[in-house]
Amino acid sequence: MQSKTMANPYNPYGDDKVIAACSIFGMMDTSGRRFSGADVTRAIANMHDRGNGLGGGFGVYGIYPEHADKYALHIMFEDSLTRRDVEAFLRDSFHIAYAEEVPTRPARGIVNPPVVWRYFVSLNDRRPGDLTEDDLVVQKIMQINTTFSAACVFSSGKNMGVFKGVGYPEDISAFFRLDEYEGYLWTAHGRFPTNTKGWWGGAHPFSILDWTVVHNGEISSYGINRRYLEMFGYHCTMHTDTEVVAYAVDLLLRRHNLPMEIAAKVFAPPLWSRIDRLEEGSAERALLTTLRQVYSSLLLNGPFTVIIAHEGEMIGLTDRIRLRPLIAGTKGDVLYLSSEEAAIRLICPDLEQAWSPMGGEPIVGRLKTDKQRKTAPAKEWAVV
Amino acid sequence: MDNATDLINRSGSTVEIDATGVYYRDLNTVLRNVCSGDVERIELRNVCGQRYIGTDLGRQVNIDIHGTPGNDLGAFMDGPRITVRGNAQDGCGNTMNEGQIVVHGHAGDITGFAMRGGKIFIRDNVGYRVGIHMKQYLSKVPWLVIGGTAQDFLGEYMAGGLLVVLGLNLKEGESHKANFIGTGMHAGVMYIRGSVAKEQLGKEVGAVELEEQDRRILGDLVGEFASHFGYDAGHILAGKFTKLVPLSLRPYGRLYAY
Amino acid sequence: MLKTLLPSRFIVERDPDRCIQCQVCVRQCGFDVHYYDAEDDVVRARDEQCVACHRCVAYCPTDALTIRKNPLSYRDNFNWRPETIEDIIKQAETGGILLTGMGNDKSYPIYWDHLVLNASQVTNPSIDPLREPMELRTYLGRRPDSVEIDWETGRLKTSLTPLVPLEVPVMFSAISYGAISLNVHESLARAAREAGTLFNTGEGGLHRSLYQYGPNTTVQVASGRFGVHSEYLDVARMIEIKIGQGAKPGIGGHLPGEKVSAEVAKTRMIPRGTDALSPAPHHDIYSIEDLSQLIYALKEATNYTKPVSVKIAAVHNSAAIASGIVRAGADIVAIDGLRGATGAAPKMIRDNVGIPIELALASVDQRLREEGIRNRASIVCAGGIRNSADVVKAIALGADAVYIGTAALIAIGCHVCQACHTGRCSWGITTTNDYLVKRINPDIAAQRLVNLLRAWSLEIKEMLGGMGVNALESLRGNRLHLRGVGLTDTELEILGVRMAGS
Repeated sequence: MQSKTMANPYNPYGDDKVIAACSIFGMMDTSGRRFSGADVTRAIANMHDRGNGLGGGFGVYGIYPEHADKYALHIMFEDSLTRRDVEAFLRDSFHIAYAEEVPTRPARGIVNPPVVWRYFVSLNDRRPGDLTEDDLVVQKIMQINTTFSAACVFSSGKNMGVFKGVGYPEDISAFFRLDEYEGYLWTAHGRFPTNTKGWWGGAHPFSILDWTVVHNGEISSYGINRRYLEMFGYHCTMHTDTEVVAYAVDLLLRRHNLPMEIAAKVFAPPLWSRIDRLEEGSAERALLTTLRQVYSSLLLNGPFTVIIAHEGEMIGLTDRIRLRPLIAGTKGDVLYLSSEEAAIRLICPDLEQAWSPMGGEPIVGRLKTDKQRKTAPAKEWAVV
Repeated sequence: MDNATDLINRSGSTVEIDATGVYYRDLNTVLRNVCSGDVERIELRNVCGQRYIGTDLGRQVNIDIHGTPGNDLGAFMDGPRITVRGNAQDGCGNTMNEGQIVVHGHAGDITGFAMRGGKIFIRDNVGYRVGIHMKQYLSKVPWLVIGGTAQDFLGEYMAGGLLVVLGLNLKEGESHKANFIGTGMHAGVMYIRGSVAKEQLGKEVGAVELEEQDRRILGDLVGEFASHFGYDAGHILAGKFTKLVPLSLRPYGRLYAY
Repeated sequence: MLKTLLPSRFIVERDPDRCIQCQVCVRQCGFDVHYYDAEDDVVRARDEQCVACHRCVAYCPTDALTIRKNPLSYRDNFNWRPETIEDIIKQAETGGILLTGMGNDKSYPIYWDHLVLNASQVTNPSIDPLREPMELRTYLGRRPDSVEIDWETGRLKTSLTPLVPLEVPVMFSAISYGAISLNVHESLARAAREAGTLFNTGEGGLHRSLYQYGPNTTVQVASGRFGVHSEYLDVARMIEIKIGQGAKPGIGGHLPGEKVSAEVAKTRMIPRGTDALSPAPHHDIYSIEDLSQLIYALKEATNYTKPVSVKIAAVHNSAAIASGIVRAGADIVAIDGLRGATGAAPKMIRDNVGIPIELALASVDQRLREEGIRNRASIVCAGGIRNSADVVKAIALGADAVYIGTAALIAIGCHVCQACHTGRCSWGITTTNDYLVKRINPDIAAQRLVNLLRAWSLEIKEMLGGMGVNALESLRGNRLHLRGVGLTDTELEILGVRMAGS
C-alpha cells in the first residue's frame, strides 16, 4: 500500500478517474524578469477554501539558468533503496551533469514527505535512430514511472521545475522553500480531490517535458479523450483528467505543430450554431469545421479552466461556456491568471486591467524577448 | 475571535473594520456582532476575497467595502446596503432578498442569481449567467442594472425582475457579445442599450419596441444607476434600447408527450 | 387533431345490475373517464383516459365498478413489446419527450429482496420488544472523532455542531408544494411533528401557514431557488441542497404551468400558470468547491445553527462523489436510488439512468469508512423503500435513516397510477386543482401517516429484538446481520454481505 503513494496512481477504489477541483493561479513577467515564489504563494493561499489540503503544487520557469540546456528531472523516492536503483537506471540512460537532494524545510501540515532529488541530465550517445531527444526522454520517464513503484518523475523540462505534494499549496511552498527560487513564470494549484486521501504524485501541476498544466474542474469527456490519446502512444497512468490535458497539448503543439490559439479551438470549439453563422466558404468556417471534424475526440467537454505553461509561454483557457472561473490581470509586463480576482489584488492592488475572457478564448502571455517563438501567424485564422 | 476588538474602530454610529488577513468566518462573526448594536454605517477596509459579506445581518445597515470582496457577496442578503469600492467576484447577490449592492467596478459570473428583491448596480461588465432565475411577485421586483456589457446566458430562465444592460463601455459600432440571452425566460423584462443581433437571443425571448411605460421604468432605473456613479442619466437614456420579453409564459409547454 | 392510434390501456367494467346511476364516479374521476349520458340516462366511460387509479372503484357506493387491463393482444415479440410500440405512437403523434410520474417500474433487480436478516437462536438471546426497552432514536449530523473531557472538572469540553433527532429513522422525502397540494404538505408536516421525524419541503418553498412546523421541517434549496429566503432557512430544522433525484439523475425539475396556482406562484415567487423550471445544475455549482461554497453560504446565512444535507442521485461514481460532499462540509449525505419517485420525469431518464440504491448505499458507506470520514456525516437512503424490512436492511447496510416518498403517499390514498405529471390526481394528492385538493383532509391523512410510522416502528423493534439488540445503533452498518440469497460474488462484494449459509 505504501508504494501506491508514489508513481502509481493512488486510486485504490478503481474509480473511472480521480475527481478533483480547486484553485489555480499563474503569474508571468513577459520581460523575462525573474521573481521569487513569495507572491505566488500568498496569492494561492488567499484561495485556501477552494482546496481541501490534499494537494498543492507549483510550476516555475527559468529557475535553473546554470543548467539551462539539461533536462531537469525532479524525482520523488519513498526509500533510498529505490533511489539507488533509479539512479542506476538514470546513469544507464543519460549523462548526469549534476544531482542533488531538493532542499526542504519542515512545514506545517506536511506529513511523511518523500525524499526528493533533482538530476540535470542530457542524453548519452546510445540514441535509437528516428526518435527525437524529447521523445526519448518521455520514453525514459514513462519507463521509470511504470517500473519503479516507489519513485515518481514529476518534472522533466529544461530550466523549469515542478514542486508539488500533499498539503495546502502554501505549506508545499514552505516545504520546498520556494521563496528561495526565482523564475519568470509561476503557476500554482490548490487541490480538492473528492475521493482519496491525496497522493504526492497526484497533485498539480501535471507535466511532461516542459509542459505543465494546472486544472480546475472535471472533464466529462475524459473517457474518449483518453482513448484517443492512447492511439498516439500516451499512457494515461495517473487516472486524472488533468493528465489528459497535458498529453493533448503535447500532441497538438509539439507533434502536430499547431499554434496554441488553434489548439484552444480544438479543446473548446465554438458551437456549431456559431460556426453555421459564418460565411459559407470562408477560411474561418473551413478551419473551425475541419478542426471539429478531425479532432472531435479531443473536445474537452465539461467544466474546466486550465493554465498551461511551457518555456516562454503561459496560456489560460476555459471550457466553451466557461463553467469554471478565470480572471486575468495585467500590470506593466506582468500577466496574472487566477480563479479569483482577490488573489491577484492581494499581490498587485493596482492592476492596469482585469477581465474575464469569453469561454474558450485563450489568454496567452509570451516572453517579449523570445523572437523564435511560433505565434499565431495570419490574423484571419486567429479566430476571436 | 479572541482579538476581534483590535480590528474595530468606532466613532458615533460608524464602525471601521480592518479586514486585513481576517478569515471570512471571523469577519462575518464580527459583522454580526457589530450589527446587533445600533451601528448605521460600516467601513470595511482591506477586504481581499472574504466570502458571504452581508449574508446574515438581517437589517438595514450601510456597508462600504474597500478592496475585493470574495464570492457570494450578499448571498441570501436581507436588508443591508453594500457599496463596493472595487470589483466584485462571482455570485454577487446570490438569491438576495432585500437590500442593495453597488459595485464601482465589474462583477463576475452569476451576479444576481435567483434574486428575489432589492437592487444591484454594477458600473462595468459582468460575467456569464448573470440574472439567471431572477424572480418577482406582485410589488416585489428585483433590479439588476449593469453599466458595461455581459457575457453569455444573460437572464436565462428569468421568472421576473428588471434586468438592464447599458453597454456604456462599448465602442462606436461595437455590439454586445453575449449569446443565448434570455434562454428559457418566462417572465420579467430585460432592457438592452446598444445593438444585439437576433441570433444572440435565446429561442424563448422576443425583442419589442419600448412603450411609454417602459421609458418611465427605465428612467427610474437609469436615474438611480447614474446617481450612484456620477453619470448623466439623460445621455444614457438617449441611447437606443431594445426590450426583451418572453414569448410565452410557458416556453416549454410543448416539450412533452403526456 | 388526429384521433390517437393508441389503444386504451384499461377497460372500465360497470356492472349494470349494481350501478344506480348515482354519478359518484363522474364526480370522483380526475381524468374525465366517467360521464353521464343524459339522452340515454346512463353513466358511460371513456376507457382511453383511465389510468387505473381506482378512485371510482373505491368510492362507488354499490361496488359496481372494476378496472381491467385491456386484454388487446399484439403478436408476441420480445423486442417490440406493447409499451415500446405505444411509446413510439405517442411520440409520432406529439413530437415530445415521454413524460411520466412515480418511480422506475422496470424489472431491475431489487436487492432488498435478495437480502435476508438474522435472528438470535440459543447462543445469544433475542429480546422481547413488548417487555424490554427498544431504542430507535437517531441523530443526524456531523460528529467529531472523539469526545474531550476537562480533567479538572470532569465536564464535557466538546461542543457538537447541531444534530437532528429522529424518534423513528424514517423521514418523509422531498416532495414540493406544487407537485403535491398544500393539504398533503400539511399532512406530512403534522405527521412528522407527531411522530418525531422530519418532512421535507422539496424545492418549491414552504407555504407560510406551515412555518409553525419548522422544527420538523427540512427545507430544500434547489437549482431554481424557489421560495428560498432567510426566513425560510431560519424556520427549518435542517437544510438540504438538492443536487439530484433518483427518478431523474442529471436533469432538473419542471413543474408544468397547470399546477402553478396562485398560492404556488406566491410561495415559489413566479408568475401564476408559468412552468416552474429547475435546471439540472445549480448555476452556482459546477464543481465540488462550488458546492462547498453553497454549503457554507447556507451555514453563514443561518449562523451555523443547522446541519446541511446534500442530496444526490445514485450514479456510477456515487462513492467518490459522496466523499467529496462530506469533505465539502455537508453534515448529511442523502442518496436517492434508481427506483426513487417523482411528480414528473422523462420516462427514458426515469427508467434508464442511475443505479440501484442498495449498491450505492453499500459503496458510499464503505468508502466513507475506508477514508475515515464516516463520522463526519450521516447517510440517508432513499428511493423505493417499501416497508419496515427495507428500512432495517438499509440501516444494516449503513444508512442512518431513510426517506420515504411513495410509501407515504400510498398511505394517504395514492394507488401508484403514475399520472402525477398530469396534475389531475383523483386522490387529490399530486394536484393543485382546488376541487381535487379538498380530497385530502389533513386530519385524516396525518393520522394515516402516523399510523404507518407507528406500525413500521413496531415491526423494526420486533426485528431488532430478534437480532438481540435493543438499540438501533447496534444494527447501523452491522452487515453481519445481513446475508445474501441469489446474488453473484460481485454483488455480494459490493454489498459487503456474505452468502446465506456461510
